[in-house]
Amino acid sequence: MANRNEQGVWEHVPSPFCGIGSDDLKIRVSGSRIEVLENGDAVTREAFEQPLGETRPMISGKPVSLEEAVERAAAVLAEAELPLLAGLATDVAGMRAALSLADRLGAVVDNMNSRAAMRNILVLQDSGWMTTTLAEVKNRADLLLVVGTDVESLFPRFFQRHIWVDGMFVEAADREVVYLGKAPSGYASVSPDGRKPTVLACEDRDLPAVVSMLRLLVNDRPVGVDSVGGIEIQALKELAGRLKSANYGVIAWAAGALEWEHAELTVQITCEMIKDLNQRTRCSGLPLGGREGDQTATQVCGWQTGYPVRVRFSRGIPEYDPYLNATERLLEEGEVDALLWLSAYNSSRLPPRVGVPTVVLGRGGMNFDQPPEVYIPVGVPGIDHAGHTYRTDNVVAVRLFKLRDSGLPSSAQVLEAIERAVRAKLSS
Amino acid sequence: MLIKLTGGTVYDPAHRVNGRVHDLYIQDGRIVDPPAGARVDQEYDLRGMVVMAGAIDMHTHIGGGKVNIARTLLPEDHRADPVAHTEHLRSGCGHAAPSTLTTGYRYAEMGFTAAFEPAVLPVNARQAHMEMGDIPILDKGGYVMLGSDDFLLRMMHDGADQKAINDYVAFTLNASQCIGVKVVNPGGISAFKFNQRALDLDEEHTYYGVTPRQVLKVLATAVNELAVPHPLHVHGCNLGVPGNVETTLKTISGIEGLPIHLTHIQFHSYGTEGDFNFSSGAARIAEAINANPNVTVDVGQILFGQTVTASGDAMHQHANAGHAHPHKWVCMDIECDAGCGVVPFRYRDKNFVNALQWAIGLEIFLLVEDPWRVFLTTDHPNGAPFTSYPHLIRLLMDRSFRNEQLSRLHPEAQRMTTLASIEREYSLYEIAVMTRAAAAELVGLSDRGHLGAGAAADITVYVPDDDREKMFSRPKYVFKDGRLVVRDGQVVDVVWGTTHVVKPEYDPGIEKRLASYFDRYQTMKLDNFIIQADEISEDGRGSVTIHPCWGGRGV
Repeated sequence: MANRNEQGVWEHVPSPFCGIGSDDLKIRVSGSRIEVLENGDAVTREAFEQPLGETRPMISGKPVSLEEAVERAAAVLAEAELPLLAGLATDVAGMRAALSLADRLGAVVDNMNSRAAMRNILVLQDSGWMTTTLAEVKNRADLLLVVGTDVESLFPRFFQRHIWVDGMFVEAADREVVYLGKAPSGYASVSPDGRKPTVLACEDRDLPAVVSMLRLLVNDRPVGVDSVGGIEIQALKELAGRLKSANYGVIAWAAGALEWEHAELTVQITCEMIKDLNQRTRCSGLPLGGREGDQTATQVCGWQTGYPVRVRFSRGIPEYDPYLNATERLLEEGEVDALLWLSAYNSSRLPPRVGVPTVVLGRGGMNFDQPPEVYIPVGVPGIDHAGHTYRTDNVVAVRLFKLRDSGLPSSAQVLEAIERAVRAKLSS
Repeated sequence: MLIKLTGGTVYDPAHRVNGRVHDLYIQDGRIVDPPAGARVDQEYDLRGMVVMAGAIDMHTHIGGGKVNIARTLLPEDHRADPVAHTEHLRSGCGHAAPSTLTTGYRYAEMGFTAAFEPAVLPVNARQAHMEMGDIPILDKGGYVMLGSDDFLLRMMHDGADQKAINDYVAFTLNASQCIGVKVVNPGGISAFKFNQRALDLDEEHTYYGVTPRQVLKVLATAVNELAVPHPLHVHGCNLGVPGNVETTLKTISGIEGLPIHLTHIQFHSYGTEGDFNFSSGAARIAEAINANPNVTVDVGQILFGQTVTASGDAMHQHANAGHAHPHKWVCMDIECDAGCGVVPFRYRDKNFVNALQWAIGLEIFLLVEDPWRVFLTTDHPNGAPFTSYPHLIRLLMDRSFRNEQLSRLHPEAQRMTTLASIEREYSLYEIAVMTRAAAAELVGLSDRGHLGAGAAADITVYVPDDDREKMFSRPKYVFKDGRLVVRDGQVVDVVWGTTHVVKPEYDPGIEKRLASYFDRYQTMKLDNFIIQADEISEDGRGSVTIHPCWGGRGV
């Protein structure tokens, strides 16, 4: 477990922010101030180091006690016909508490990143996939194909930690990186010996056709064109050949980067191509995500309800609908009449602006244009309290540690208090 | 508070009690000797009822990554079995891949008070414990998976001595908070990552040069020398492959007397005779089990209908993925640790292979003579959901019912099984052996699975019924640690069980070696990989109960 030396410096600190679960951070804590001394990156440093911010609960922008805020939050939620618990960026305990509250209220639950997550979940539920995890990438991947994603802007340390290292079965010098679609924004994917990645760039709108073409070529199907989306067929043919000859190819994408209508179909073609490749060789998918507790939310919701996200409890049973229970749709159509927004990691992820009473459980320092009815600052898992979060590959649950004494309650503690108050109201 | 259970007919095989009428007393969650002169606070009149310890499922996939993949994969299955929120209970879903809350309620409603997850990947153990932490009422525990992890295979390749391997196994049991060690397709999950598609008992792993036989030997030896009560839990080579009966027989003879538990043996008992090149190897398997007292098995009975298969055996799950119904499936390679494969499946009684699988499982149940060495499982959910246990118990206890079911199956399968001629019917005592006394002993729980003074008061009370399925579906009462949790087959109170673990000792030198391996090849620090007990207990519900390594089965 992460440990602190005498000078208030922590070692082996896991990051709940980076998605890849880096746990080699060195962090100095002085009072409430946090400084990443080693192994930080743009994403991690900013997230760890932001000031504590406002710690007092508020009702309509005016400071109140935690008890008053909880009481008002419970009233808002208990009085609603159909409340929505959204955002849900928290740790495992927070998600457990959110689901318990939703079950009691008959609410709908949805996650702030689920629009992206659905691009993967729909594929999983329709045809399945073959995927891998970060240590397999680190030790086996001799070919990395990145589809439609600028990895380093989202996951700055991905290459450093998993690609440009000597693994058990492949050395850094023998690895090859190919980008399809978006080109990389920086130099993280350039090997230490100076080899640049192959970039087969195209517009996002052409990527579905390009990926489909690649699958055809992987399966040696005849094609009647010379190029697709501006990419020469010959270049795609070579890529198909590389995928077939690789010992362990890995195809990575971040669903959040695939911002076009029905991008799940592109994910599906990619995943079916991976299955095709595995008839002869080995190849695995690597869906990248895990930031802001999104995998945590889908995992816990998965085991407590059977469904990953977008679940409605209003009829007393969990009912899953990837379309009807989406936050944006529910708010646009005016189907919900209260909103609880939970964002414990990121103070800039504010609730959507809506005309319904809103309760916010958020990281300190949220700046609202219009103060919500209730704002309860909560601790950050992995800074203000211990907990668990999932990293991108969904297999590894990362133990998070309490690094400072901010006095802030955890999201679980606040949600449990709200549920107790709701229960008292419903039974009286 | 003193509770008296009066006049029940008790089946307590651990004390050789076979249907004797006697009273039981419960105090502070434990069974106690009749207290002289003490005032009874509450009495239950159990005259005419059957009393057993709470049942223990020693092999059921209830928590961990692959189970949650199975859940996520099957919304259509959940929709057919929604579970409503009540004042006491959380909502959820049931059937093939039930939600955690529903898992606990439904097990308890069948009289089960403990269940063990048999495929805990070390790197995924945290998740397994968190999922099991959301399973109410039951005690739980896990068997940690080794045998396709690169650390062990490297050690073996480098000729590490048994002592070092013992240290590694003991470290892993501690770090993962588990109670047993499991091996799945020994070396084969790793071999699949190197594009090997099969790995027979004496076939070499293409990279490490190690054979499954060698992996089995070092792990069974480690478990034995560490005196871990639960013998090495073996999911053998060639799962589901016709002809694998030969591999299984060689596995039994090859282990040279070391204690092993062969799990879901039904899936490993197939011959290649007949027009369809698929036949029952059950008689030969049962004969081998009967002749080798170091071997225990659970059956992994299949029952007809929709389910989902979830296994660490990525190699064979991938090979069988074409049979997926509905047609979707997931395979994963995991963290240089293991893998998994999740393939939904529908067993059909009019399908020759499925019908014969059904018969093979029952043949094994009925031909293995010693109920202390054969365990009631469907390998939930792989052969069938655990909720079909009462039906399975009826098949074992009621020959005419069994033969009537058999008569509906694929006719060729009926010709290929000796089942119709087997007269044996399990007694209540034998059911109590296999689901209570023997299961507790096999897992290494000294204070569960029996009704002697000092035992935890996990007690199930049934109303006798000639329809054994009905009887075992709906206990009259279930007590968990002395609290009434089920009445008339319905959960009336929710309690939280403990997590059973062992903590064998090891030379801490192994941690140094592991720390540098983790730094170099893994993606987390060794100290963050280790699961602390407070992670299980900090929610205020869970707890960890450590059992001694007494090595009762040692040879």
